[in-house]
Amino acid sequence: MNILLWLIFIPLSTVAVLIFCKDRRQYRVTSAFGMGLQLLFSAYLVFRYTEERNAGNAEPMAFMYSYRWFDAFNISFMTGIDAISLSLVVLTSIVAFTGILVSWRMEKLPKEFFISLITLAMGVFGFFITIDLFTMFLFYELAVIPMYLLIGIWGSGRKEYSAMKLTLMLMGASALLLVGILGLYVYSSPDVNILSFSIYDIASADIPLEAQRFFFPLVFVGFGVLGALFPLHTWSPDGHSSAPTAVSMLHAGVLMKMGGYGCLRVAMFLLPEAAKEMAWFFIILTTISIVYGAFGAIVQKDLKYINAYSSVSHCGLVLFAMLMMNQTAVNGSVLQMISHGLMTALFFALIGMIYERTHTRDIRFMGGLMKIMPFLGVCYMIAGFASLGLPGLSGFVAEMNVFVGAFMHTDKFHRTATIIAVASIVITAVYILRVVGTLLLGPLRDGHEFETGDARWYERWANILLIASIAAIGIAPLWLSDALIRSIQPIIQKLQ
Amino acid sequence: MINDTYSFTVAIPLIVFFSFLIIGLGFGRLKPMVSGIFGTMALLAVTALSYFTAYRYFFVDGMMNGSFQKFIAYDALWMSFTDSLQVRMGVLLDPISVMMLVVISTVSLMVHIYSLEYMKHEEGFSRYYSFLSLFTFSMMGLVLSSNIFQIYIFWELVGLSSYLLIGHYYERPSAVAASKKAFIVTRFADFGFLIGILMLSGITGTFDFLKITDPGGSALTQGSAVGFMGLSVMTWSLLLVFAGAAGKSAMFPLHIWLPDAMEGPTPVSALIHAATMVVAGVYLVARLFTVYVLAAPDALITIGYIGTFTSLFAAVIACTQFDIKRVLAFSTISQIGLMMGGLGVSGYTGQEGLGYTASMFHLFTHAMFKALLFLCAGAVIHAVHTNEMTGMGGLRKYMPVTNFAFLIGCLAIAGVPPLSGFFSKDEILTAALEKDKLLFAVQYAVAGLTAFYMFRLYYSIFWNSDRQYHSKPHESPFAMLFALIFLSAASIVSGFIPFSRLVTPDLKPFDSHIHWAVAIPAIAIAAAGILIATLMYRKESGLPAKTAAAFGGLYRAAYRKFYIDEIYIFITKNVIFRYISAPLAWFDRNVVDNAMNSIAALTNLTSSRIKGLQSGQLQQYAYVMVTGVIIVVLAALYFMNA
Repeated sequence: MNILLWLIFIPLSTVAVLIFCKDRRQYRVTSAFGMGLQLLFSAYLVFRYTEERNAGNAEPMAFMYSYRWFDAFNISFMTGIDAISLSLVVLTSIVAFTGILVSWRMEKLPKEFFISLITLAMGVFGFFITIDLFTMFLFYELAVIPMYLLIGIWGSGRKEYSAMKLTLMLMGASALLLVGILGLYVYSSPDVNILSFSIYDIASADIPLEAQRFFFPLVFVGFGVLGALFPLHTWSPDGHSSAPTAVSMLHAGVLMKMGGYGCLRVAMFLLPEAAKEMAWFFIILTTISIVYGAFGAIVQKDLKYINAYSSVSHCGLVLFAMLMMNQTAVNGSVLQMISHGLMTALFFALIGMIYERTHTRDIRFMGGLMKIMPFLGVCYMIAGFASLGLPGLSGFVAEMNVFVGAFMHTDKFHRTATIIAVASIVITAVYILRVVGTLLLGPLRDGHEFETGDARWYERWANILLIASIAAIGIAPLWLSDALIRSIQPIIQKLQ
Repeated sequence: MINDTYSFTVAIPLIVFFSFLIIGLGFGRLKPMVSGIFGTMALLAVTALSYFTAYRYFFVDGMMNGSFQKFIAYDALWMSFTDSLQVRMGVLLDPISVMMLVVISTVSLMVHIYSLEYMKHEEGFSRYYSFLSLFTFSMMGLVLSSNIFQIYIFWELVGLSSYLLIGHYYERPSAVAASKKAFIVTRFADFGFLIGILMLSGITGTFDFLKITDPGGSALTQGSAVGFMGLSVMTWSLLLVFAGAAGKSAMFPLHIWLPDAMEGPTPVSALIHAATMVVAGVYLVARLFTVYVLAAPDALITIGYIGTFTSLFAAVIACTQFDIKRVLAFSTISQIGLMMGGLGVSGYTGQEGLGYTASMFHLFTHAMFKALLFLCAGAVIHAVHTNEMTGMGGLRKYMPVTNFAFLIGCLAIAGVPPLSGFFSKDEILTAALEKDKLLFAVQYAVAGLTAFYMFRLYYSIFWNSDRQYHSKPHESPFAMLFALIFLSAASIVSGFIPFSRLVTPDLKPFDSHIHWAVAIPAIAIAAAGILIATLMYRKESGLPAKTAAAFGGLYRAAYRKFYIDEIYIFITKNVIFRYISAPLAWFDRNVVDNAMNSIAALTNLTSSRIKGLQSGQLQQYAYVMVTGVIIVVLAALYFMNA
């Protein structure tokens, strides 16, 4: 069996075992075991991948596998990974595992909850390892549907509204995407009989510029909605605030990365001429995203809204960077996906933990929490510093790659956009320190209703795992960025 | 030049980094005193190493062929943006970085020892020491940086440690606000700094200081093309880099965070906000001095003007404040302004480089006497439990050692010979006189003001009449006095260090002597300042109030710090918060989101309109069907005929 298929098989069998589990203890232990195994396996995969590369495998994708299952339309299930998708797979397994840990005390329908959560994760894993558009689309949908259930059933606040809004907007986007994908399929070969969904077949096809111009916006916007592209980001604040903790983590941490990854791997890589031609328009949109999200976050009162807007800003940077189309910036884009994935997962995990103790997410009713929950407070500060791009944490490495890469363009348009984007580091500092100042520092608010008690063991480990990953990238970025650069080069070559 | 025999210097930052990790992660588990002593021991080791490095560098093998060499003692790749544009983590040894090692380790060690007593009864003692280690690590990393990107990294980290230490008393809202303000104002400046770095690396194609500042290198000649608004690209990038320096070094108009930063514990103010971190901006300009002086002299003289203006501005404010730490804070701003002024008027070779040498000299002596003054202020605050000088007086009887140490600090900063401040200030004034008479005149006035406000402070605390004290003020314990005595000695003798033989812009030593033509008037104006202060403040009198009334509007404006804080509050609270963010958030919820919801509502509406067709009533279906058939038939007939 191909090594990558384990990434689908492990979650699948975890779900299968969960069906036969009997009580809450069994559900969570099984889920944690399954996702823990997945985490170890992805670590092993990193090891295998490095070995493969060191052995001189210079193919763009390692561990290729193909299974043709629909002859009439030449549809195959094809897998393969490079450093970009591998690092996102590792990210997903970290977030999924910590997501299970923070849901340790899930009371309501725990079996169904864990099954949906793991199915969702499986969709994401599948999405990242496939290299044919058809299966990719399939897994994309597989991830969105459980999301609807998870928010609608286990959410809080206006959960039905939010779940509906999120799903409809993403479905609308996938309609655009489907048209785009079919378009790519149709143009994948001049011979109608050997049309293909495979990314590498399409990449070697010569798609006429006219067609590219038509399909590029469809695909880019289709994935861009998931990556919170302004003005199609409004599902994100509502969705995040209604979703249960683990779902917010997976959603902001991983699902939004599917958008960025899709934009890069499908839209930019397969439709490079149109991408070059239309980049200016999307650069404007993403620059707006970056600043708009950051300013939007300044006045929010709900912790989850703050992070939702902050995600709009940070994910805007992901798309902004890839539109700069040079190696440094695209590297920054991928690093930003990983970094943002880790730190928002940490943020949402912490917000969930704080909410469990204070029963509110409104910062006006909280204050001085550092006094009663120092561990969570320190973790929150670290997440905040990662978010505002402090050296030593992953956000800085990603942002610097983006800014340096973007600044390599010397024309006025790119320079202006870059300077506006760089200005976001100041605005980010404002909203992060505002939250840290009111929520954690200052005198302890009259909190007789607050449950005291710092993090429990599973909460501690979830936080430590995420912080360790953030710090590892921040302190020693070289190994990751070097591996990424090798995988980015084929994409850059198409764009130059 | 790579020099492996100095590779031990990499241990200097690493020791304090591990000390930070050990104390920080052992949080709550280590006994407070254990963390304190552990941190102090780590610093003792660092100080020993720094002194050894300085001794070896300056007196054994740093000099070759008549000029000091720049050594790369350690170098490792950290991240590569492209194949040629790389960020390295390195250790660069040259006269200014070695000098800074001595300054930082000395002051930091004294603060560590002093804090063992000063902070003993405070909560968060371990946290305090771990952050002190973090700060020392970042500051060491900053001065040893071998490239401009590395300096930016550590620049941000000192900003972080400053934030954490200002907010040490995190339950106090004023401390939280002050730490936030410090971080955001410097972050704003760093925005300029970062753009400057990006531009500079775009011009030179490298981050490496050795390549950028090589006087014969290609980096200097590039970027002279006229860019935006008539200034060259090089000038723009260097001005932006200076924006970062101005933020950290509290130059007007980015100085507003420093007085508020006094919310932190007093030893922190001594270490970070007087002696080391706030001079990082001066250090940065000095680090890039070759580029400033050779490629963008217009940027350099701008720095001179900004620095000198700031020094006057802050000196005037310092005369009117009553919080003793704030007086010292404004005095720090003023003295840093003088250092910037010194750099601004400096040339590159030989005697022309006097301004640069003077600036570094003043940085050194100022670190000693200002740390001394702050630590004395801490001892006083410890004894009388207030920051306000109106609540102090007559303390010389109760605290004789502190009184004496504070007097030495005041004499040093006022420029009274033979204390250290006299020598360094003399060189700054001389350099200014040769380059620009206006700058000289302003700096000369500042010297007088400095003497006045320092002795105003001194007399108000230690002379004047006794106040009502809750408990009888007492002299500080030994650990605190030790730091005071050590720094007093340093404030006295450091003036005799022959800086022009050690630290010069072109690395070649030159001879310098006291310029009596400048020194005598400078002593005179300092004496005048001291005399006026003596008359006004030595004894309780109505004179200060009368003088304040005589100055009227100027006094009030200076007392309110020329309303700069109010302007900032207007910009942040009103413009950003109320007129940008709030409307934007409203726009997002009510326009962008509503557009999305309207699409959904429209779909709903359409479906509710047409769902009536699916009523299940046979009559209705029949009615619709018959109507439809009739319409179709009529239409068919019509079109066929036509």
